[in-house]
Amino acid sequence: MGDWTTISGNLLYAAFFIYLIATFFFAGTIRDKKKGKSKIAGNIGITITIIGFVTQIGYFITRWMASGHAPVSNLFEYTTFFGMMLVFAFIVLYFIYRVDLLGLFALPIALLLIAFASMFPTEVSPLVPSLQSHWLYIHVTTASLGQGILSVSFVAGLVFLISQVDQSKRSKHTYWLEFVIYIIAVTLAFIVLSSSFSAMNYEATFEAPIEGQQAEITYEMPAIAGPNEGVLISDDRMAPLFQAPEWMRGEDAAKKLNTFLWAILGGVVLYWGTRLILRKRIAASIQPLLNKKVNPELVDEVSYRAVAIGFPVFTLGALIFAMIWAQQAWDRFWGWDPKEVWALITFFFYAAYLHLRLSRGWQGMKSAWLAVGGFGIIMFNLIAVNLIISGLHSYA
Amino acid sequence: MKEITCECGHINPEGTVLCEECGKPIEKNQHIDGNDEKQLLNMRYDGSARRSQTYNRTIVDKVWNFFSSVKVGVTLIFITVIASAIGTIFPQEEFIQSTVDPAIHYRDQYGLAGQIYYQLGFHDLFSSWWYMILLAMIGISIVIASIDRFFPLYKTLKKQKPKRHELFMKKQRIFGRTTAEDIDIDRFKENLKKRRFKIYEQDGHLLAEKNRFARWGPYVNHIGLIIFLLGALLRFVPAFYVDEFIWVREGETALISGTEGEFYIKNEDFTLETYDKDDPEDARFKEAIENQEGPIPKTFRTDATIYERTNKDVTGADPELEAVKEGAATLNNPLKFDDYALYQSSYQLDEFKDMSFKIHDKDDDETNHGEFTIDLTDPQSTYELEGGFRVEVVNYFPDYEMQDGQPESVTKYPRNPAFVFNVYPPGEEEAETSFLGIGANIGASEDNQYKLGLTGFNVRDVTGLTVKKDHTLGIISLGGAIFMIGVIQGMYWNHRRIWLQPREDGVWIAGHTNKNWYALRMEIERAIEDTNIEAPVDQYEMKS
Ligand code: HEM
Repeated sequence: MGDWTTISGNLLYAAFFIYLIATFFFAGTIRDKKKGKSKIAGNIGITITIIGFVTQIGYFITRWMASGHAPVSNLFEYTTFFGMMLVFAFIVLYFIYRVDLLGLFALPIALLLIAFASMFPTEVSPLVPSLQSHWLYIHVTTASLGQGILSVSFVAGLVFLISQVDQSKRSKHTYWLEFVIYIIAVTLAFIVLSSSFSAMNYEATFEAPIEGQQAEITYEMPAIAGPNEGVLISDDRMAPLFQAPEWMRGEDAAKKLNTFLWAILGGVVLYWGTRLILRKRIAASIQPLLNKKVNPELVDEVSYRAVAIGFPVFTLGALIFAMIWAQQAWDRFWGWDPKEVWALITFFFYAAYLHLRLSRGWQGMKSAWLAVGGFGIIMFNLIAVNLIISGLHSYA
Repeated sequence: MKEITCECGHINPEGTVLCEECGKPIEKNQHIDGNDEKQLLNMRYDGSARRSQTYNRTIVDKVWNFFSSVKVGVTLIFITVIASAIGTIFPQEEFIQSTVDPAIHYRDQYGLAGQIYYQLGFHDLFSSWWYMILLAMIGISIVIASIDRFFPLYKTLKKQKPKRHELFMKKQRIFGRTTAEDIDIDRFKENLKKRRFKIYEQDGHLLAEKNRFARWGPYVNHIGLIIFLLGALLRFVPAFYVDEFIWVREGETALISGTEGEFYIKNEDFTLETYDKDDPEDARFKEAIENQEGPIPKTFRTDATIYERTNKDVTGADPELEAVKEGAATLNNPLKFDDYALYQSSYQLDEFKDMSFKIHDKDDDETNHGEFTIDLTDPQSTYELEGGFRVEVVNYFPDYEMQDGQPESVTKYPRNPAFVFNVYPPGEEEAETSFLGIGANIGASEDNQYKLGLTGFNVRDVTGLTVKKDHTLGIISLGGAIFMIGVIQGMYWNHRRIWLQPREDGVWIAGHTNKNWYALRMEIERAIEDTNIEAPVDQYEMKS
């Protein structure tokens, strides 16, 4: 049994590096002077991507064998699966429209997601009774597939925005585009920082009152924000710069705040460091590379098509299957639990997107921004709702 | 009705923007779809006469126009999205496990923000009247917008003729002129047929069309949504919907509420299993089990027998029961009988069933002045003991806890029972008072002569079951299914039309689709292969 776990872990590593290599090939397509399809680099890129995808399927199956249940039951498993679905959706849309640039942006996002997933506990865990249902697999996999396809819409939207936003002057567009890039930098910073500190086995323990009782809280990163009224009990560890505010009561609230602060600061360093070197907005530096290759109308359509394909899948998985399962497990198909509400918000949001596009002619820039917003909602549901507003579905 | 006769001879209803048959723009009506300022025609509903765009005089017109606007519909959806998001910031009232008044709870837990949240009604958002009104308005909007568009569009598409007016052709988004002699029309038709287009001909004019049914997708999905909403509303009708909750102790037979006295349940056994890292089966989860602080539950199960009352009509008589079903309810697998389903939804382990006490001398546990047993489902007010002692139950706290120095019962279930007794020794009128609970035996007064001791107790598990009858599920599922069919119909197929018009020196070609223009152009490019027709261009300029 233990063997399967190891094999599965290795397959995931392998998939990660294969995607990384594929990204380089897609980057190579930029050099191709011809507009539109490129032959060699693009073909190699997509082939490698498919190999990576198959490898990741291997991870999925072996992990399933190891745990005896489909590996979509905690944040690590769910987020890696989501990354895999994003790659799958990219492959599908690649074969419809053959836009190489999509790969250059989709794969790094999938890589970030997988790396991000590995920051959560990765051991195989047993299923609590409410999760012991086939509907768990059916619901989670379809919902995640839907979200993966919808995310490709974001990727295409991003390509559209980076290539089309007028960079000659400052505007709301340039500001928000840089903001999106900054958020990506924050994610990267989080991954780098947490894996570095965990490689160093950093630990600092505090004693602090939690719900009236003294408890020990162990930080895995140096404390910028310590627990409220906490006392540092490890030796030689950095003392916190300040204490978390009193209303952050939960056991891990202060710790999460601290991690969050590290990520935000790391993001600032990464983003501004790059920007200082480039001496330009980041998007403005990427734009000239893309301009020759991008057909804005085509990219816009890819973004829309992804929503058109993803919306029904998402509805089926995240709402309909979820309702069937909830009806069986908790005797009500809908319970206004935060995770459910955010799935509904996602649904409404994309419904609004479709209406604006079809009936009010929102295309191009407006539509691309909506795609970015939609991805924001999906990520919020995946991460924030699990970590902050946890309800019945709390995976973490 | 002020009808409009087109130069092609067709009589169009008032408010028509493009002639239903030939597509010629009707001059005075171009402002309706905003065509007058633009080079291209707005083809959204094929220029059909929509009520909302035609009349705006009476109050009915105004209401109609309000609800049929997509701008209004999307605004309603966005308001709902934002309200729902706010509704998840703090837990909803129903998720709070607290006996405290919610008004105080929100203030205490979340400070000023919590208080505002409560006052604005966000604590119970999803059953608040204004949230209901939002959903209802979305529902009305869907119905009106659909009726407003569906019928005129249906009629127009049905009446359309292949022969199109020049202006109609030129003002299509995809348009091209070919000047050539040797155009292979047959080849063109063949190509189109291969691509599953249906071809209509009129005096050499061609209309190739496919997937018109995809146009009805939105209307189908809207019908699904409405059925779904209606199903949700029917839950307020009791004949359609029962939702009750019962606690049943092990060994106990209880009436199942919500079944109108018809069904009873006996809880044979309640089981809670947890994952065990030493069990070979669960060994693979060892790490996770060790990392988790408490035990991780594996199964909750109630084994039960369902009885039907056979003498239901005889009022007042003791129920006569006949077993109708034996089975188990676990999470994810309700126990079903008749129209009802029992869901495993809660439990309480080791609730006290009875407790036995004896009276002994204060300083000597070995003495025994009499024993008595309190059945906690039916506590008496006094117990006469064999040795002549009499015990009076002055106060009973089923679930005792000290709160602010006062003993109190936090629930009404015997989870941690405690008593205040008055003990009357034989023949005495003066009582000694003692307080007794598990792990707490406080003589109320120092100079008590006797003391009470717990000699034994029995516990049992209690299962919490939800009783459900839900005839709305069928309607709701139907709505969901129709919705899915509609979205797939509208999303995975697109309506495409290509027109070909013979000219003196060649042909004109024009194309229209309701979405995915790039794909339509690819389609046209394939259709004109080897026909000498030149590829049309996309006349639309993206304003990004
Ligand atoms: C949450 C509720 C709603 C959902 C899920 C929904 C869903 C949809 C979908 C999937 C489409 C097809 C879009 C496309 O093909 O790109 C559509 C079209 C449409 N919807 Fe909705 N809708 C909703 C509410 C509304 C409301 C409130 C209105 C009222 C104004 C409305 C009016 C329309 C119209 C006019 C169309 C276009 C029909 C056509 O062009 O033939 N919808 N809707």
